[in-house]
Amino acid sequence: MKDTPEPIRSQPKLRGAVELSHGGGGRAMSELISRLFARHFSNPLLDQGNDGALLPAQAGRLVMATDGHVIAPLFFPGGDIGALCVHGTINDLAMCGARPLYLSAAFILEEGFSLEALERIVISMAEAARAAGVPIVTGDTKVVEKGKGDGVFITTTGLGVVADGVAISAQNARPGDRVLVSGTMGDHGVAILSKRENLEFETEICSDSAALHELVAAMLEAAPGIAVLRDPTRGGLAATLNEIAHQAGVGIALDEAMLPVSPDVAAACELLGLDPLHVANEGKLICICREADAAAVLAAMRAHPLGQQAAIIGEVVEDARHLVTMRTGFGGARVVDWIAGEQLPRIC
Amino acid sequence: MKYISEFRAPELARKLAAQIAAEVEPGRRYHLMEFCGGHTHAIFRYGVQDLMPQNVEFVHGPGCPVCVLPVRRLDDAVELAERHDVILTSYGDMMRVPGSRQRSLLKARADGADIRMVYSTTDALKIARENPDRQVVFFAIGFETTTPPTAAAMLAARAEGIENFSVFCNHVLTPPAMAHILGTPDGGGEPVRIDGFLGPSHVSSVIGSRPYAQFAEIWKKPVVIAGFEPLDVMQSSLMLIRQINEGRSEIENEYKRVVTEEGNAKAQALVAEVFELRESFEWRGLGAVPHSALRIRESFADMDAEQRFEISQKASREMKSCECPAILRGVKKPTDCKLFGTVCTPENPMGSCMVSSEGACAAYWSYGRFRSPAAQPAAEGAAS
Repeated sequence: MKDTPEPIRSQPKLRGAVELSHGGGGRAMSELISRLFARHFSNPLLDQGNDGALLPAQAGRLVMATDGHVIAPLFFPGGDIGALCVHGTINDLAMCGARPLYLSAAFILEEGFSLEALERIVISMAEAARAAGVPIVTGDTKVVEKGKGDGVFITTTGLGVVADGVAISAQNARPGDRVLVSGTMGDHGVAILSKRENLEFETEICSDSAALHELVAAMLEAAPGIAVLRDPTRGGLAATLNEIAHQAGVGIALDEAMLPVSPDVAAACELLGLDPLHVANEGKLICICREADAAAVLAAMRAHPLGQQAAIIGEVVEDARHLVTMRTGFGGARVVDWIAGEQLPRIC
Repeated sequence: MKYISEFRAPELARKLAAQIAAEVEPGRRYHLMEFCGGHTHAIFRYGVQDLMPQNVEFVHGPGCPVCVLPVRRLDDAVELAERHDVILTSYGDMMRVPGSRQRSLLKARADGADIRMVYSTTDALKIARENPDRQVVFFAIGFETTTPPTAAAMLAARAEGIENFSVFCNHVLTPPAMAHILGTPDGGGEPVRIDGFLGPSHVSSVIGSRPYAQFAEIWKKPVVIAGFEPLDVMQSSLMLIRQINEGRSEIENEYKRVVTEEGNAKAQALVAEVFELRESFEWRGLGAVPHSALRIRESFADMDAEQRFEISQKASREMKSCECPAILRGVKKPTDCKLFGTVCTPENPMGSCMVSSEGACAAYWSYGRFRSPAAQPAAEGAAS
């Protein structure tokens, strides 16, 4: 995170490649665990060294979330799969209004994958977890034969606790509520695309990958009655708003002129024929709150480093068809639909 | 984004809308065909129709590269990938288009064929360079805009001596298709009503404005070459409306910042070096259209995938109740199709017009015109 001093980065020490024996339960596996995972993730709960982590009892309601990460490329401008899989699960907890407490991590490694790259990923995970203040307390490693995986897949699971009085759910959206976003849309997806094989283009765009729980805490402090929180990841803002509209049985009306999109992302999308509304984010959230709370929530967002470009982009309306519509910057109107399959660049 | 936002300025749009509203004659209906899918996309994405008077109607033309490719040619491409074990490279738009028995390139890839999406012919060539032991075929589709890059890749392959690269050529031409639409009344009875054309943007940057002269001279239809930005579409529509009101039929160029009368001579020379006219080519929706497509010249026969690989003469099947053909001719609207929004959606397209963002059905569905209060009740039912 930007407001914390840059930690001294550990350097990868391992050399060589992942072998089937690293998942075989023998000495090689034990060595990998101690030299890699235990070393970088070290914390009192993990260091218990048991099959599972014994956690202290918590007051309040627990939230559990899990997320599998299968991305290509593994390293991209502004992040990598390691930081991403920590941020992703923390954000899933935060979007339930929870304070994240613990993470677990399960690795599926492909035979032949570089141990140095793996260690870079593990270091990045450890740093992201430390910066977020959420320890990785248990984990698992499996190795699959070459050709049966794509380098590394990581699944993280998180446990968090929700404070009394906080009740966040998509079903809470009501006509008249305001819709806010915490910043510019589409940065992560475009950053990833810019490094895809066959589509390398020069750009300064970095992924927005970030843990949002502290931003959420600040927002909840300003307005404990926030109705809905969601992070618009895959499928972008369009998919997430359509989900909310269907779950709550309402419509959502957006104003394109209010929508924050960075000039670089807008230009890249223009060039590729993509719509920023459909492009993934990894460090942004959507918030729906009562009209009376909107100003306070917006102020709390803008006061946080991860919400400086927050904006009110529309409102919840009555609509039996549960459509997301948008007044275009041009002055017309359109429906904002889910994207079908993967967004494919158009031809001319 | 500088230089683009100027062409999307809402204040200018409002002024133009007022101007158009003031100039249309109340008793008259204006049927303006936008030939290009790029225009169709802009009209829907920016809600241009909302700013136009009720009596101005956009008729969507066939200028969507993946939409007009007949099922047969797509089946051939699938066969190339499956039977001949080549690496088939294709533009992304093409990947989801269903062929016979709903088989798309994506489905063939899932079944094990080596089909790779590329963003340019340069990428296809790179794949050929990196896989010298494999045959790499570029699935070339598109209008005059995408043809010069194909030619350039073939010339580069020859210059470098890359022998494992070939092209499955499906490049088509715009003016013969426009002529065909004007010249053939729809088989069902009523001909397409077109009072004027919004002429292609990028295509015209290559071929220039001169090839459209025939439409003014022979068919007495005005053509205004229009840029792809929403203000271009509105300005060009106003120019067309003025011509129609005044009984003029001329070729006008609204897109002067890019299109010249002669076009891009260098691109034309590249194309002429590698390609020649086909006698006839099958278009989805239009049927066989004479002199409407290009094939690879004999001097480049070694790079012609149709000659390098044997392709079987099989029967291809169009989905029967799909109205793509009539929609591509401008005779029907997406909402006239029984499948639209029911069995056929972008998630599960039955016809090509539902796949590409430039296809009329996809634009109708994704940007929801048919769901507006003005739409017919039947369409409303399909939506919910």
